[in-house]
Amino acid sequence: MEAVKSTTPVGGLNNKLQAKSPQDRILWIVVYVFMIVVTVLTIYPFLNVLAISFNDSVDTIRGGITIWPRQFTLKNYDLIFTYEGLITGFKISFLRTVIGTVAGLVSGSMLAYTLARSDFQARRFISIFLAVTMYVSGGLIPGFILMKELHLIDTFAVYILPGLVSAFNVFIIRSFIDGLPYALQESAKLDGANDFTIYWRVILPLCKPALATVALFLAVGQWNSWFDTYLFNGSNESLTTLQYELMKILQSTTTSATNSQDAANMAERMAQVSPESVKMAITIIVTVPILIVYPFLQKYFVKGMTLGAVKS
Amino acid sequence: MKAVTANSENVYKKPKRNAWKVFKSQRYLYYMSIPFVIWVFIFQYLPLWGWTMAFQKYRPGLSFFEQKWVGLEHFRTLFQDDHFYQVLRNTLAMSLMGLVAGFIVPVVFALLLNEVRIQVIKRFVQTVSYLPHFVSWVVAAGIVTKMLSADGGVVNDMLMGLGIIDQPVQFMAQGKLFWWVVTFGDIWKETGWNAIIYLAAIAGIGPELYEAARVDGASRLQQMWHITLPGIRPTIIILLIMSIGHLLGTGFEKQFLLGNHLVIDYSEVLDLYALNYGLAMGRYSFGTAINIFNSVISLILLFAANGIFKRYTNESIM
Repeated sequence: MEAVKSTTPVGGLNNKLQAKSPQDRILWIVVYVFMIVVTVLTIYPFLNVLAISFNDSVDTIRGGITIWPRQFTLKNYDLIFTYEGLITGFKISFLRTVIGTVAGLVSGSMLAYTLARSDFQARRFISIFLAVTMYVSGGLIPGFILMKELHLIDTFAVYILPGLVSAFNVFIIRSFIDGLPYALQESAKLDGANDFTIYWRVILPLCKPALATVALFLAVGQWNSWFDTYLFNGSNESLTTLQYELMKILQSTTTSATNSQDAANMAERMAQVSPESVKMAITIIVTVPILIVYPFLQKYFVKGMTLGAVKS
Repeated sequence: MKAVTANSENVYKKPKRNAWKVFKSQRYLYYMSIPFVIWVFIFQYLPLWGWTMAFQKYRPGLSFFEQKWVGLEHFRTLFQDDHFYQVLRNTLAMSLMGLVAGFIVPVVFALLLNEVRIQVIKRFVQTVSYLPHFVSWVVAAGIVTKMLSADGGVVNDMLMGLGIIDQPVQFMAQGKLFWWVVTFGDIWKETGWNAIIYLAAIAGIGPELYEAARVDGASRLQQMWHITLPGIRPTIIILLIMSIGHLLGTGFEKQFLLGNHLVIDYSEVLDLYALNYGLAMGRYSFGTAINIFNSVISLILLFAANGIFKRYTNESIM
């Protein structure tokens, strides 16, 4: 966050002078108390879930676990790794994240490049054609019927194809390309490169920051998605995702506690043998991949987010 | 959609040539874009064509020309359904609460974070605050449920410890509390993320403004009020207009994942209604009518908000 840093010296110069005013001292206290509260509120739930996941499941029922397991055990994790649905789920989630991200990056950057070319004839038309999709969408049911007619139900492709081109991502990359010097393209053209070569050899390597941002959005979106599984592939056990499996297991608690009959078979069986601790262990398994990539991409997404939001 | 096409004029323009010649010389650009245009057409525009279903007695398997047209019948059914008004109330209530919370809280957070002068702390708090944005709603809903649970949930433990209540509150089983659960869940998950834009906007405010204010003897609080806040006003308004446009399309993930049979009177929103009473029961036409109602209202709200703000503040997104 270089941009945010730039305001610091202004306040810094003034610190001594400001500290004298009682009003500012109150502000200072409010600010830091607020920051502590925010930090605790955000982190505590994660630590609590982590602690419970490592705690003996019988002991967990007694309650009172905070951020440290009372009776440490790895049994919960042992148990969930024997659950078949979770292994498949992990595979499918991983595959859709990798394929979906790569496919989305290629489509997004290619389209963005053509739209960044100010001399491109169809540019205005395509821009508007694309922008409309950000505000208008057919909705749940026409979307479902379309997938049905295209025979995409019960296929892996339904995770990749519908969301392949996202207007928002295209505009983020395009804004970035707009910021590159046009002379680079001109000179490549003089060297006899065609438009595709320019895109591949000149533009793409320079776009890494924008691509990293979009890759993060795509990957997180793919990894976290569960509703498309619910809607299209819920009954196909070889195609369900990790989030969907987690959803079934977590939902089954709430519903079994409230006497519902519509929970799926597998979920019900799982719920009967999955006490709090096991559920929390699954939650951790689903969350960890995100926590691993997050620090690496953090420096990009702040920039990308700002760029995309301001320009589109 | 001015922003999208705004910079079409600013770069070097070639002298006018024969359109066909240009087309040929740009064939690679066409190769690179046309497949995706077709893609967008299929996956984004064809569903719009599906809206015709709402005016038919749609039966799967029949071609478009074999369907029976019924005019506005499905809309009439919809507007005569008492349940629909309950669902609409829930949608509007949760959207409005989410709008207020998802918008005031991040601004306050950004303003206060900006006052943190110790870089390490500032960056730490910021990094931590985005974290929940990156976990799925499935995980978030699990965490929220856990925190609010009546046996051993931290919220209940704390309230009891402080002596505010003497027996645990069944947060997840009371319809009246459901809207608040969703709203607070949303605040927890998205505040840090939503604040990014405001922080960037704050960073763009010229230091000389603060300098001048200080010479005039303005306190930190006054600087915040008279410089920082007006400085990010355009950003606030644009984001506000955009979120008003998405008011009804606020999604149903939270409601689906946090809701249960005990709170259904307060948790069902338009999209869930379409899902439960359209898709699940095979009443495609009726469900589509709900989708259309949703979209039309969203567009009206978007244009209305845009118009109002354009008139009174000269900020707009179109």
